[in-house]
Amino acid sequence: MAVANVSAHDAASTHDDHDHEHHDNFITKYIFSTDHKMIAKQYLVSGIFWAFIGGFLSVLFRLQLGFPDMDMSFLKPILGGWIDATGKLDPTFYLALVTMHGTIMVFFVLTAGLSGTFSNFLIPLQIGARDMASGFMNMLSYWFFFLSGVIMFISLFLEKGPAGGGWVVYPPLSALEQAIPGSGMGMTLWLIAMVFFIASSLMGGINYITTVINLRTKGMSFSRLPLTIWAFFLTAVIGLLSFPVLFSAALLLVFDRSFGTSFYLADIYIGGEALPNTGGSAVLYQHLFWFLGHPEVYIVLLPALGITSEVIATNSRKPIFGYKAMIISMLGITILSFVVWAHHMFVSGLNPFLGSIFMFLTLIIAVPSAVKVFNYLTTLWRGNLRFTPAMLFSIGLVSFFISGGLTGIFLGNSAIDIQLHDTYFVVAHFHLVMGAASFFGMLAGVYHWFPKMFGRMLDEKLGYVHFWLTFVGVYLVFFPMHYIGIAGFPRRYYSWTNFSFADMYTDLNMFVSVAAIITFFAQFIFVFNFFYSMYKGRKASSNPWHSNTLEWTTPVVPGHGNWVGEIPTVYRWPYDYSKPGSKEDFIPQTVPLSATPESNLPHEAKLVQLEKEIMAEEGEVLVTNESKES
Amino acid sequence: MEENLTFIEGAEQPLSMHPKKFALWLFIVSVVMVFAGMTSAYIVRQGEGNWLEFDLPNIFWYTSGIIVLSSISLQWAYSSAKKDSFNNLKIGLLITLVLGIAFLVGQWYSWEALVAEDVYFVGNPSGSFMYVFTGLHAIHLISGVIFLIIVLISALRNEIHSQKLAQLEMCVTFWHFLGGLWLYLFMFLLLNH
Repeated sequence: MAVANVSAHDAASTHDDHDHEHHDNFITKYIFSTDHKMIAKQYLVSGIFWAFIGGFLSVLFRLQLGFPDMDMSFLKPILGGWIDATGKLDPTFYLALVTMHGTIMVFFVLTAGLSGTFSNFLIPLQIGARDMASGFMNMLSYWFFFLSGVIMFISLFLEKGPAGGGWVVYPPLSALEQAIPGSGMGMTLWLIAMVFFIASSLMGGINYITTVINLRTKGMSFSRLPLTIWAFFLTAVIGLLSFPVLFSAALLLVFDRSFGTSFYLADIYIGGEALPNTGGSAVLYQHLFWFLGHPEVYIVLLPALGITSEVIATNSRKPIFGYKAMIISMLGITILSFVVWAHHMFVSGLNPFLGSIFMFLTLIIAVPSAVKVFNYLTTLWRGNLRFTPAMLFSIGLVSFFISGGLTGIFLGNSAIDIQLHDTYFVVAHFHLVMGAASFFGMLAGVYHWFPKMFGRMLDEKLGYVHFWLTFVGVYLVFFPMHYIGIAGFPRRYYSWTNFSFADMYTDLNMFVSVAAIITFFAQFIFVFNFFYSMYKGRKASSNPWHSNTLEWTTPVVPGHGNWVGEIPTVYRWPYDYSKPGSKEDFIPQTVPLSATPESNLPHEAKLVQLEKEIMAEEGEVLVTNESKES
Repeated sequence: MEENLTFIEGAEQPLSMHPKKFALWLFIVSVVMVFAGMTSAYIVRQGEGNWLEFDLPNIFWYTSGIIVLSSISLQWAYSSAKKDSFNNLKIGLLITLVLGIAFLVGQWYSWEALVAEDVYFVGNPSGSFMYVFTGLHAIHLISGVIFLIIVLISALRNEIHSQKLAQLEMCVTFWHFLGGLWLYLFMFLLLNH
């Protein structure tokens, strides 16, 4: 056992190796766990919880937008004072709803819920490691996130309401308590929560990167990594580089709010009286914020794309088309994501020349994105498609990525953006391409890896119902928004009925709201399926999808250390599906090339020779070790 | 067992370093990004005009000298540890610790010098940035001092020797980084003032 362990592990780090003889009590197993699988489940359950909170908030403001004359008194038990005597929603609370919906969905659901769940769960399992590089830091990462969530949750119940300046919290709106009620205590708690969230993301990200680079099993070179791992790796790199900048931005905002500095504030008059702040620049905040804010889009999206690559290849029974092109395009997206931030600021008074540079860089992102879409479609093309729920959600993601991505090309053009900026066109664009697409990637991941997480299968029929209601629902919600946006409806407005140009879209808004409510309630099917199947679902086999990657070589429910005995060695890339000549339509990564002479390609014959030499050498090593030990 | 380990270790793992050291480097990257964000904010803001001009406190020259000396003494402690000369190791760590605290005291006096010049934290961002740079760096340096104390305690317990250097090496890396970070900030302020 000792020999097996050492040969697969870095010998220098054996002192912090993992204890295989754990005796867990309830607290160390389910609460303060350092096991990456349990932490992943904690993230997942928290993510689901937050998704429902965030979704519920959107239903509330959709009611206001779709039915502006509605009597909302029936919501009094939940919203209390935010519904006035005539049954109207409080306008400032409307702003808070929009703000919290954005914050929760972007950070708590699609960053923590998605990256946190699947990076934690899949990185050690797919690269062949016993756990994360630092289990303790991983646990700390979750509990910082949890604390951040508690603070954000408390802010929902403040008397003056939670933060209301939009999820981007632009100053001076967010910096001055006098501006809106939400900029008081709500904003303070928002900032504190975000500081903990940033710390949590950084700890998680450092762990993911370290693990991927240092703890891969023998033979798992970077050119044999599943695309999921590539995606999580690059996501963590983006987070590591961009979250600290958000921290800087937030820190300066805290100083402006609580200490009276003027980083972002200048020449402001409230009620005719000048504030003492001079010399600040509100645009400076936008620069700092969007330096995180734009990469954040890819922090949210890349893991979903990675999951999709894996699910589509497995369920098409075909190798992923253009494995290297996929990696290169993800690298391209990673690099480009840092040089396009000012396309969010075309109307901020940005120098038009600078604007055209950012426009050019933004449009270049269309290239790697299109490469990815092309590769998904060509992987599907003439594949042996198996429409599992995970597969359907992945195809749904590709669909959203195309329809939402196309509108990105419009918005990336600075000239068109002047018309479309801050309208519902933007809302439609990013909800499709980043919101719904990432959400579908997350759901695909849950449906695909649920058997590995809980040892049971999710119910397929409920999965299909969930998929179709959600897929159709998302399009019904967001497609009409394009028209509303082109017509010039600004986002974040409490009511449009006062503008005559807006009247003709009242029924369309009503339609969107109804679709949103139905889509929201369709998610309860998933939750039922999730918790029911956890205990009562059909028992899973060890490799239910006939997949190649390493996680399916573990026991059905892997314990501490993931593999019983030695960690398997990897001999091939993860996409040997339907290889000509092979009996089965999949060859797991652990099968040596020398064991499959019937399906080897000409260039692999040479590798077989090399492989045999290495194996002979290692056999020798093991034999000498054993003889010396005894 | 020892020779078996070296024998096997040489066979594979193309890119593999001590995971905790690697994590430290990643942490350093994130700190770099915090300060890169701050200093570029400084440049962007400066470009917009309405910028208060004032002299940098002279004490920065002394504190820069102190931090360079502290890096040298820590490096000396490290090479002593490699040679297993434990007394020198302890002396070196102690000198570094004292110099580190002296640096922090010096930074405090630089704030007093700024106040004497009528440059306050609250006021023109030009001055506020000065406090933010020095303060944020000082907070990181305090964490470095705490790390030094931990390493010093291990050294006093004779837990650091030529075969067990990882903790000390991480401390050295972090301390040199903090020194370099301060020199960068100082240079930056000298050039963009």
